[in-house]
Amino acid sequence: MNFLYDEAIDGALAPFEKADVLHDLQHNVPTLRLLHREEDLRPFECDGLAAYRVMPMLVAMPNTLDEVQALLKRCHALGVPVVTRGAGTGLSGGALPLERGVLLVMSRFQHIINIDPDARTATLQPGVRNLAISEAAAPYGLYYAPDPSSQIACSIGGNVAENAGGVHCLKYGLTVNNVMRVDVITIEGEPMTLGAEALDAPGFDLLALFNGSEGMLGVITEITVKLLPLPEVAKVLMASFDDVEKAGKAVGDIIAAGIIPGGLEMMDKLAIQAAEGFVHAGYPVEAEAILLCELDGVLADVDEGCDTVRGVLENAGATDIRLARNATERAVFWSGRKNAFPAVGRISPDYYCMDGTIPRRELPRVLNGIAELSRESGLRVANVFHAGDGNMHPLILFDANREGELALAEDVGGKILELCVAAGGSITGEHGVGREKINQMCSQFDADEITLFHALKAAFDPQRLLNPGKNIPTLARCAEFGAMHVHNNELAHPELPRF
Amino acid sequence: MTDSLTTLPDRDITTHLCEQVSHAFSRHTPLRIVGGDTRAFYGRPVNAAPLHLAEHRGIVHYDPVELVITARAGTPLEELEAVLDDNHQMLGFEPPRFGPQGTIGGAVATGLAGPRRPWAGAIRDFVLGTRVITQHGKPLRFGGEVMKNVAGYDMSRLMTGAQGTLGVLADVSLKVLPKPPAHHSLRLTLPLDEALARLAELGRRPLPITAAAWHDGELLLRLEGGNSSVAATRRELGGEPLDADFWTTLRDLRHDFFTLAPGQALWRLSLPSNTPPLALDDSHSQVLYDWAGCQRFLKTTLDGDTLRHACQAVGGHATCYTLAAQGGSDTPFTPLNPVVEKYHRRLKEQLDTRNIFNPGRLYAAL
Repeated sequence: MNFLYDEAIDGALAPFEKADVLHDLQHNVPTLRLLHREEDLRPFECDGLAAYRVMPMLVAMPNTLDEVQALLKRCHALGVPVVTRGAGTGLSGGALPLERGVLLVMSRFQHIINIDPDARTATLQPGVRNLAISEAAAPYGLYYAPDPSSQIACSIGGNVAENAGGVHCLKYGLTVNNVMRVDVITIEGEPMTLGAEALDAPGFDLLALFNGSEGMLGVITEITVKLLPLPEVAKVLMASFDDVEKAGKAVGDIIAAGIIPGGLEMMDKLAIQAAEGFVHAGYPVEAEAILLCELDGVLADVDEGCDTVRGVLENAGATDIRLARNATERAVFWSGRKNAFPAVGRISPDYYCMDGTIPRRELPRVLNGIAELSRESGLRVANVFHAGDGNMHPLILFDANREGELALAEDVGGKILELCVAAGGSITGEHGVGREKINQMCSQFDADEITLFHALKAAFDPQRLLNPGKNIPTLARCAEFGAMHVHNNELAHPELPRF
Repeated sequence: MTDSLTTLPDRDITTHLCEQVSHAFSRHTPLRIVGGDTRAFYGRPVNAAPLHLAEHRGIVHYDPVELVITARAGTPLEELEAVLDDNHQMLGFEPPRFGPQGTIGGAVATGLAGPRRPWAGAIRDFVLGTRVITQHGKPLRFGGEVMKNVAGYDMSRLMTGAQGTLGVLADVSLKVLPKPPAHHSLRLTLPLDEALARLAELGRRPLPITAAAWHDGELLLRLEGGNSSVAATRRELGGEPLDADFWTTLRDLRHDFFTLAPGQALWRLSLPSNTPPLALDDSHSQVLYDWAGCQRFLKTTLDGDTLRHACQAVGGHATCYTLAAQGGSDTPFTPLNPVVEKYHRRLKEQLDTRNIFNPGRLYAAL
């Protein structure tokens, strides 16, 4: 798709000149570090979705919250859009800059403010890396559960903004389930605290609303997360299947047996072969699918659970079942899954990673649909799957140097997401909508639902200055690009033009 | 009344509900949203025509393997939990029941959770999707039946605990959990300070504790989990066995503690983990600790301001569970900070322009 902000479709921006904004900010926030020359702006032109690149008008790199507050007040007064960026690892273009906007980089706020082992909480500045939280908590026997695959680099502020997931969500939840409190500054420059160090707070659950709001409602400046005791032990089983459908059914059987695994992952043949070629984890390259099932907790319970799971896998028709004998082998089992994306990157010049979710029972049907799309388009698709929570990551392989292949990959990706929606799922499980899936939002939500989202936004940012063009499409965009969802054959908002 | 409500057939009256809301919107007439009417004590009274949801009931979809149940708001909590129980599953947040006609919609709208909350999560942690009737009388879907879904704003969680002030909850989808295979409850004679220190120490270890209360010189614990870990923890902690019914009476506020003396009101204090006992005058108050000390019930003659100052000083808040008409506070919920309050009002103005949904239920201005 055309990822550039289009004022005719995404909404008009206020008239302002770069030189005037720069001068205003230099004058009114004199200590704020501002980048404005092309060579300084270039490193910020994309986030983790590198196919989308836009040079920001200005980059602001504050060191203090006073600077953040003053910057927001000035941008609010001038009508200048603000895109907030953390570590820039997001995969949906949520921090894609605007040619006519300020990119607010929060990565300098890297201080771990406090670890309270008795209350089991950590209080953090937004730029603290996800993995750094667990590292700081480890001496107390505690850790922070959500573990997005980019955890060595991604920051907690971005995790909250995107409601980041990971491989342990079924048992331990997403970011929203592990954040207790955030401090935010609104576009009007007003600081407020949402949530509490207590387990609840009076009023509406604005904390939940800010989780996953993609920088559209305010700027997150401080976060308190809950920490969990490190499990005594974790064990992982790897099962091979000669049929993807059998593997999919085994996932349901494990849950039906009353087991909630710490992680339950599935990979299809192309993903297995790519991973094995890359990390040599001993994966069965002849298998049509593998399942990795990790159980964690107290040793005796985990052993009991592993026996149950082994029985379930045998009954489900697994051709081979292996239990990692020790922590080293467990790490090896996981290495293939954790390196699946770069492994696929080795067998194809480019790949496009999708993030749909479906009810688990729909897995065979959706996988068949993906295979059909792959055949039709001639593009290979490798499937890795957070099977426990129904979150699929089909990786569409393509070559951007071939005329039209990027567009074809995007087209296949869009159709895969529509399959997920039709199966009762969602266009995004953990990567966010950002700019990437803005058009697909129109297939998941109808015009009334999108209108309500705009009303929520208007309560916090009526001028639409925070991250415009992301997360929620305008109705004009849905009319032009979206597969507008029609209820009872009645088109909502018939007054809008459609093309 | 109770009997007729609990024996109603499954029905989908969404269209009828939407019409009533549209009507109220066009006439600017406020609505009092009522399910089983068991939670009126929780919030301010709403003087308005009732919008009854009790007839909008029935389980829409339940597939135990998916760990998700979708039900209409008027479905009795008892009925829903009985269906889960038949499949060895449960609602992890252990919702309180205040009468047989209490509904799942009321449970989600009020957002209350039982003794398992610090370990399993609150109701908002289990809400996956909702169908909400908006001020224009339209039933809109947010979220769904999948565990992970970050498309759009989290309207479902915003509705949870909003007490119907932003829209009418028509259907809810909830994540459910398998019932743990083993459980054991126990009591240890321990003074309060030692009990709190013990809880802090136990909390740092991966033990299968799923409820912890202190009352009348005893630390009361519930263990739930695998057979081996429950047995091992039981051996380690010792103590006397406790009847598991204690947790139900605590959850539903039916324990003897909750009988008030004349002039007393019941307050709920929500405090950060590891908060020491507050310096509230003992002669005016009796306290029961739940949630390992994070939730404390107080029977007291002290005024709301005194309690709120004490809670706010340590990062918590206080809610009055006794209606103003019965001697409680006319502002049951802790007043919001002015900036936060401003955004509450703006949200209300956006989603309920004509103030028809449970006006004044949470705060006079909402």
